[in-house]
Amino acid sequence: MDKIAVTCEEASLDAQVDSRFGRAAGFLIVDPDTMEFEYINNGSTQGMAQGAGIQAAENIAKSGAKILLTGNVGPKAFQGLDAAGIQIGQNLAAMTVRQAIEKFKAGDVDFASSHNKTGHWK
Amino acid sequence: MKIAIASGKGGTGKTTVSSSLVSVWESPVIAMDLDVEEPNLHLFLKPTITGKRTANMEIPKVDDTLCSKCGKCGELCQFKAISLMGEILMIFPEMCHGCGGCIAICPEGALTTEFRELGEVTWGQSGDAEFLMGRLRVGEAMSPPLMRTVKEKLKEMLDASSKDVIIDAPPGVSCPAMNAVMDSDVILLVTEPTPFGFYDMKLAHEAFLPMGKPMGVVVNRAGLGNADVYDYCAEKKLEIMAEIPYDRQIAETYAKGSIISESSDEMKQIFISLAEKIKQKTGSKKSQGGMP
Repeated sequence: MDKIAVTCEEASLDAQVDSRFGRAAGFLIVDPDTMEFEYINNGSTQGMAQGAGIQAAENIAKSGAKILLTGNVGPKAFQGLDAAGIQIGQNLAAMTVRQAIEKFKAGDVDFASSHNKTGHWK
Repeated sequence: MKIAIASGKGGTGKTTVSSSLVSVWESPVIAMDLDVEEPNLHLFLKPTITGKRTANMEIPKVDDTLCSKCGKCGELCQFKAISLMGEILMIFPEMCHGCGGCIAICPEGALTTEFRELGEVTWGQSGDAEFLMGRLRVGEAMSPPLMRTVKEKLKEMLDASSKDVIIDAPPGVSCPAMNAVMDSDVILLVTEPTPFGFYDMKLAHEAFLPMGKPMGVVVNRAGLGNADVYDYCAEKKLEIMAEIPYDRQIAETYAKGSIISESSDEMKQIFISLAEKIKQKTGSKKSQGGMP
């Protein structure tokens, strides 16, 4: 099964899903079969004046994950993730990383066809 | 001599002061509106427009047949205007600041330039004064690149003959405000004696201080608020160069699009005196012709 990237507030499966995608504290790249994970620190995007979503999408694309579970995704991040062939499950903020993955494995996550947040520049 | 009229807080009276100063200025002068996000000096000076040009900025364009997907451009770009997303090189034109770094660094020569429209530079004549302004395209977020284009036109106008320049600057203390005041010989901070006016004037004073330019304060709506602005100016040895009273008549004059220094002798005197003090502050060395 493809690896899953989940935005997280800390480097743990029991951490809360970070509702922000672009300015998420970090990502867990999880193997859903074994639940083994790798942590990617995304904190540097929090200080960016612009382009945090694009940078975060680039980070996910590099990680090799093909699925992203998160809260909110802006328009440019969505465009970037879409170009990199990553499928996006949105509105999953009020739960832990583990719960989000269980929900996905149970087939309860619909992939988004567009972003669910407006950009800062529009 | 270039005089920048800045403020910190918006709506303190930059354009009121700029238009009135232009009106009483005796030597040849260019009135320049660098508040390109919302220029309004023309509403008061009512210039006859004699020319305009579109301002563009160079942004990258990729030739996919040459791109090797090395991603060096995206690593360089601090604004994420160009980014390698998996196997696709994406360009976000509206994010680009036009530095040209990606084009310079590309080892394959796969990046060339195309243009993004920033806005318009307009010029003309208002009475004895020349007039120049920039207007940002609706939807465009970056004003400093457009301001540079306005300044290029200013240089052409100054090359034709030497003149003083009165700059109506944007509010705030970020890039647009810094860009508007950085070439000036003196900065006037227009404020109002309210807590909000005071707070933002302090920010502007602190932001502009490292440039080492002479600064002075114009207190608009004097009589309103409290003494904080005055106390701060006394402490920092910032000269209060003019006070414009808080007066309904002035608001009415402004609301009609008239210039307040032309509304009464008392107002005219305030600005003649301000113009004199500005000249004293800068030594008036660069002014040419017509000066007493």
